[in-house]
Amino acid sequence: MDHKRIGILYLSTTLVFFCIGGIEALLMRIQLAWPDNHFLSPDAYDQVFTMHGTTMVFLVVVPLLLGLANYLTPLMIGARDMALPRLNAFSYWVSLFGGILLYFSFIDGHAPDAGWFSYTPLSEKGFSTRNGLDYWALALLGIGVGTVATAINLIVTIINLRTEGLTIRRLPLFVWMVLVNSFLIIAALPALNASLVMLLIDRQLSAHFFLNLGGGSPILWQHYFWAFGHPEVYIMVLPAFGIISEVVPVFSRKPIFGYGFVAGSTVAIALLSLGVWAHHMFAVGLGHAWDYAFGASSLLIAVPTGVKIFNWIATMWGGSIQFTTSMLFALAFLFSFTIGGLSGVTFATFPIDWQTTDTYYVVAHMHYVLFGGTLFAVMAGVYYWFPKITGRMLSERLGRVHFWLMFLGFHMTFFIQHFLGLDGMPRRVYTYPNLPGWGAMNLISTIGAFVMGISVLVLLANVWISLHSGEQAGDNPWNAWTLEWATSSPPPEHNFNRVPPVRSPRPLWDLAHPQGGRA
Amino acid sequence: MHISVFDPVSPEAGRLLWLWDASMWICGFILALVTLSILYILVRYRRRGPAEPNQTTGNPTIEIVWTVVPLGLVLLLFALSIVTARAVDHPIRQAPDLVVIGHQWWWEVHYSAMDAVDANEIHLPTGREMLVAVESADVIHDFWAPQLSRKVDAVPGKRNFVWIRVDRAGVYPGACAEYCGQQHAWMRLRVIAQDPAAYETWLAHEAQPAAEPQGGDAALGRMRFGQLTCANCHNIRGIQKQQQYAPDLTHVASRQMLAAERLENTPANLKDWLRHPNVIKPGCYMPNLNLSDSDLTQLTAFLETLR
Repeated sequence: MDHKRIGILYLSTTLVFFCIGGIEALLMRIQLAWPDNHFLSPDAYDQVFTMHGTTMVFLVVVPLLLGLANYLTPLMIGARDMALPRLNAFSYWVSLFGGILLYFSFIDGHAPDAGWFSYTPLSEKGFSTRNGLDYWALALLGIGVGTVATAINLIVTIINLRTEGLTIRRLPLFVWMVLVNSFLIIAALPALNASLVMLLIDRQLSAHFFLNLGGGSPILWQHYFWAFGHPEVYIMVLPAFGIISEVVPVFSRKPIFGYGFVAGSTVAIALLSLGVWAHHMFAVGLGHAWDYAFGASSLLIAVPTGVKIFNWIATMWGGSIQFTTSMLFALAFLFSFTIGGLSGVTFATFPIDWQTTDTYYVVAHMHYVLFGGTLFAVMAGVYYWFPKITGRMLSERLGRVHFWLMFLGFHMTFFIQHFLGLDGMPRRVYTYPNLPGWGAMNLISTIGAFVMGISVLVLLANVWISLHSGEQAGDNPWNAWTLEWATSSPPPEHNFNRVPPVRSPRPLWDLAHPQGGRA
Repeated sequence: MHISVFDPVSPEAGRLLWLWDASMWICGFILALVTLSILYILVRYRRRGPAEPNQTTGNPTIEIVWTVVPLGLVLLLFALSIVTARAVDHPIRQAPDLVVIGHQWWWEVHYSAMDAVDANEIHLPTGREMLVAVESADVIHDFWAPQLSRKVDAVPGKRNFVWIRVDRAGVYPGACAEYCGQQHAWMRLRVIAQDPAAYETWLAHEAQPAAEPQGGDAALGRMRFGQLTCANCHNIRGIQKQQQYAPDLTHVASRQMLAAERLENTPANLKDWLRHPNVIKPGCYMPNLNLSDSDLTQLTAFLETLR
């Protein structure tokens, strides 16, 4: 029940699901490597792409971020554990159960195959007669419960268990973003759970929430799902922003630039993210009133996001940059997430969406923000906090190999997909006609995916070797300033023998500069 | 390299491309700013010694600048979006020229002017604004021809519209752009734009019913068509009436492709399709009837008369 053990459970489990989801991606990329390939049947492909998306969103990114939050939050606020340790354990095990239930669908004969957001009527019984979708709904219900429980736990912990002197305005930005994120989870996940229950009632009890026959509406599913689904993508990125806000200052040897603005823009993003959902529906034909309103809100959300990017760059400006592997990933994040964010702006410019939605341009965008964004930030966090969690340093030499393979492989895989989408290639296709350039572009994308696969093997090797024979880390190998570095690596079960006094967001800096070294 | 969105042949697609170009200037500017700043930082501020740098914490003025300027840029994009949307989605004050109905996994096409029905290949005259109504018979699909106009979903129970004026004769590819099941990948389409005179000729021919074949394999094939349950799904105007459960076959032999762009329309391919549709398009609803060689020969001969 100790939060550190639960955090490690989350991290280990998500690593396994990451590898599974990655293999699913590689299977897809093999099938798409040239036109009219017969590696996977359409039925198999449809299950694989559905499971890839569902796994990565629900079983990798969210639990990974919450697992890191679980491990780090009590340490970063000087507390002994999470406020609700039993709820914490329950959250993990119910999420794991959901994951196993989802994959059990393969054993039952057919995994879900309607995509990770299961649009109706395709996902209704009449068009999806196998049990895969029922497993999907039930699994996500379990995972949803675990996620909400963790969010509640984090809020209670952060509000109540901060050490003396650690006011809300002195919170490390990772903790602040986790706090805001937790409120967003509580606002959004119930919409998913309610939708899943309605879908199950439609499928199992012959109701018609989402079917025209009987007075329901397929479009209602889209509204309900995206009311969850859009905040969900911000849930998948806010803690990553928090990681970057910790890593960049330390390896620039300066405090974060514009602490208040970075914190405030997080709240703006969270609030706005609740009001942009119908930008996933610009092609549905809702009418110009809807398109204008959601185009406006979606364009607006770019502003606080940009504020963060500029503040991170300003943090590095005038600093003393250390090119650790962690920092390399943070730099890769800044570049890649900016591209992903800007392609998002092109979608918010909604007539452009009328060309690019539901094509490989979207696949490019989402992977630029989720992989080039969140995952690169997570990699930065892994290299940064691995020493704290395990007591050993990851190899910087292997780290560089991992970094370059992953960075180059990522761009090779996904940049070219912008062009495939603009040339007319829709998403979720198991194959494609031999149109000029499509085979070549897809082959390049496939090769990039395998380069990324190799980079993951390098990461796994680095983790394995370092666990056994990595350099001893010591308490604070990076000369960082937040409370988790004021205890041993790994921390004792009670976390701290003594918590340093807190008078600013950088307690260890203050300890090392008693005169108040604002040089 | 040819990129469809960058090769518009209609004013609608042209306006969408214009908006894309405007957004590329703005987004390109931001990306350049960010990238060049990072590159500069990597060179100018790399760690050269143990001294800690100036511990700057912020600058409210610059925060305001980089909030207000992007705000202005997105407001500009919003204004351009409204202008573009109004130019692409003209007001609708008439009955549609075409009604396109999406099915799993083919397109039913009705030509209002002639009360003619066809499948998968859409003919349009050049130089005329055509209103296309888009519907669905089953799940959500999406009608999209990138060189011609915006995409719009085909939603069961709802009628959506798209305006297209093709300015250049030619053949333009399109596809279903909403995952709709196993054969979403092969629910493609093509738009064949013809000069008005050629279009009128084609339309008049399209309205003609098929004629009963006079003899030989074709006549035998026509008989087998009825006996083998093909007639239970496929309509052939003038020969065997049926609802649009499956693609209309009245003029199937004059189409360029078969099975929604899956195969080139040749007698050999048609025969192959009849032999095992489930192998060519796994999951499609046309059953494999395990037809004998003679059935295949006769049916193909019959269908080839349906020009």
